[in-house]
Amino acid sequence: MSVVEARHVTKRYGEVRALDDVSLVFPEGRFFALLGPSGSGKTTLLRAVAGFVEPEAGEILLDGEDIAHTPAHRRNIGMVFQNYALFPHMSVFDNIAFGLTVRGTSRADARERVHRMLELVRLPGMEQRKPRQLSGGQQQRVALARALVTEPKVLLLDEPLGALDKRLRQEMQIELKQIQRAVGITAIFVTHDQEEALTLSDQIAIINEGKLVQVGAPNEIYENPHSVFAAGFLGDANILRGRVENGIVAVEGAGPVAARGALPPEGSPAVVAVRPEKVRLSAEASAEGVNRIAGRIFQAVFSGTSVTYIIETAVGTQRAFRQNAGERIYGVGEAVVMEWSPEHTVVVEE
Amino acid sequence: MRAETRRRWAIAGLTGPAYLWLTLTIFLPLSAMLWFSFQRKGPFGRHETEFTLKHYEAFFTKDYLQDLTWRSLEMGLQVTVICLILGFPAAYVLAKRIKGRWREALFLLIVLPFWSNALVRIFSWTVVLRPGGVLDSAVQSVFPGAPSIDLADSWSAVIIGLVHSYLPYMILTCYLSLQAIDDSLIEAARSLGASALTILWRIVLPLAIPGLAAGAVLIFVPVIGSFFEPKLLGGTQGVVIGTVIEEQFTVVSNWPLGGALSFILLAIVLLILAVSYPFLKDRMRTA
Repeated sequence: MSVVEARHVTKRYGEVRALDDVSLVFPEGRFFALLGPSGSGKTTLLRAVAGFVEPEAGEILLDGEDIAHTPAHRRNIGMVFQNYALFPHMSVFDNIAFGLTVRGTSRADARERVHRMLELVRLPGMEQRKPRQLSGGQQQRVALARALVTEPKVLLLDEPLGALDKRLRQEMQIELKQIQRAVGITAIFVTHDQEEALTLSDQIAIINEGKLVQVGAPNEIYENPHSVFAAGFLGDANILRGRVENGIVAVEGAGPVAARGALPPEGSPAVVAVRPEKVRLSAEASAEGVNRIAGRIFQAVFSGTSVTYIIETAVGTQRAFRQNAGERIYGVGEAVVMEWSPEHTVVVEE
Repeated sequence: MRAETRRRWAIAGLTGPAYLWLTLTIFLPLSAMLWFSFQRKGPFGRHETEFTLKHYEAFFTKDYLQDLTWRSLEMGLQVTVICLILGFPAAYVLAKRIKGRWREALFLLIVLPFWSNALVRIFSWTVVLRPGGVLDSAVQSVFPGAPSIDLADSWSAVIIGLVHSYLPYMILTCYLSLQAIDDSLIEAARSLGASALTILWRIVLPLAIPGLAAGAVLIFVPVIGSFFEPKLLGGTQGVVIGTVIEEQFTVVSNWPLGGALSFILLAIVLLILAVSYPFLKDRMRTA
């Protein structure tokens, strides 16, 4: 198992800073997600680790050794590409064995290892097929087997499940994680899909405009977003803007909102976020000691197990998400009070 | 069913004129020539039509005709191989290394030979290659006292002229195949530990075979039948089967022999394509 570390990595494309002084540790044996919108620089970081992009400044350490300027083919890093990039003129066997034959592994040894890899990705007996005879999911598995067979130090995955349909994607998510754990390899994968990042990874780094926004475990970032961007990109969030008055956030049109954690200094602007599922709805204001906003149901999206409410309030449209656990379902136009506890109110940066 | 019928008519209507034109312009003259090649005499003058195989027999009985055919095949092979060696790297750089405006500019330079008349092109080579010509004077001015360069009326001149004329075909066909190779395939090979040479040998070349083959056919076939380039640049060194065929029509007025030799050449080309087809078909399908 290996540890990868990026130190002050910077890369510009013309005037655009694709990576701006990014420092990040990818811990040993963990599944690490680089999450961000397209053009955020997450792919550039992955490609810098792979060796396809040379950073202008900074270091990329693999087990403590700077590999930022080592050619890609001398790094011993496995990569799974978005479109799988299987060699179309080669059989499944030759595709997987490619990395071995390049290293001069004997034919017999290669056969044995390819066989084991195909068992691992649950495609036994497929050696002689050509890539075009395989389904998308099967091609994905072959690409994974090809990347893992050389026992690389790190596995990189560039939007690995993007081309699969939803059901297959969910299946592959579980399997990918199982395989990663079975092999015990450090994995870094790039995605713009927050759900994928949440379900697959042990650690997430949110990247935006070439900068690191927040790093942490999925639940940590979800419960404690540091910024409006992190709150909105990983999950849904109601954002309220106000000013600190008497140790509480005064939001114009909504009244005082108490929050968890440290507030900015008295008198300065403050932004708080609350997750829609933390919001309770009632017809009238109830208990004391909670935050509340009055509003009117604008839309109620019923999806069987749950209802998502879009509520019009004096501070803009807000959301509430309720499990369908026998609670009353509100109709469009009904007046409601949104209530949530200060504990679920997080102070975030603009 | 009705839509199907209409679609068929549309296909016939759209492709019909082209096929008709091809039939008229290729098939008819060719069959007329085939007819003449089995006649004792050409189309001029009054004589009885008389069927004979003697012009085909001539090829097999006269050694010099076979020798010149070999020479033509050798010329085709040399030109094709040189075009391949020069054209493939150029196409690779164009397809994979250069982007945007520079690529357009380089493309323009590559197809430039197509814009000038073929005869003018060949004549200008005679000016360049003769002793005291452009090349010779250039070398003399840089290295005074260097031995004089005389490539006029030589086999090398023929090859140089033909490579110049046909190189763009190889570059363009290779470019198209190389362009179609996804860059991520090359990156995948790199991440798996392959050096540049291994990638060229195991990924790029096999996937570029359709382009290489198309380029080779487009060059080899016309080059073995070429006549004015060998004649103008090679002089006595440039006698090949193409020039012999040309003389049957323009000088000796022996159309039947010219026709027979043309069809033998055509048969040889078809034979070569037929032999290489199974190998190519296998490669084309997977690429």
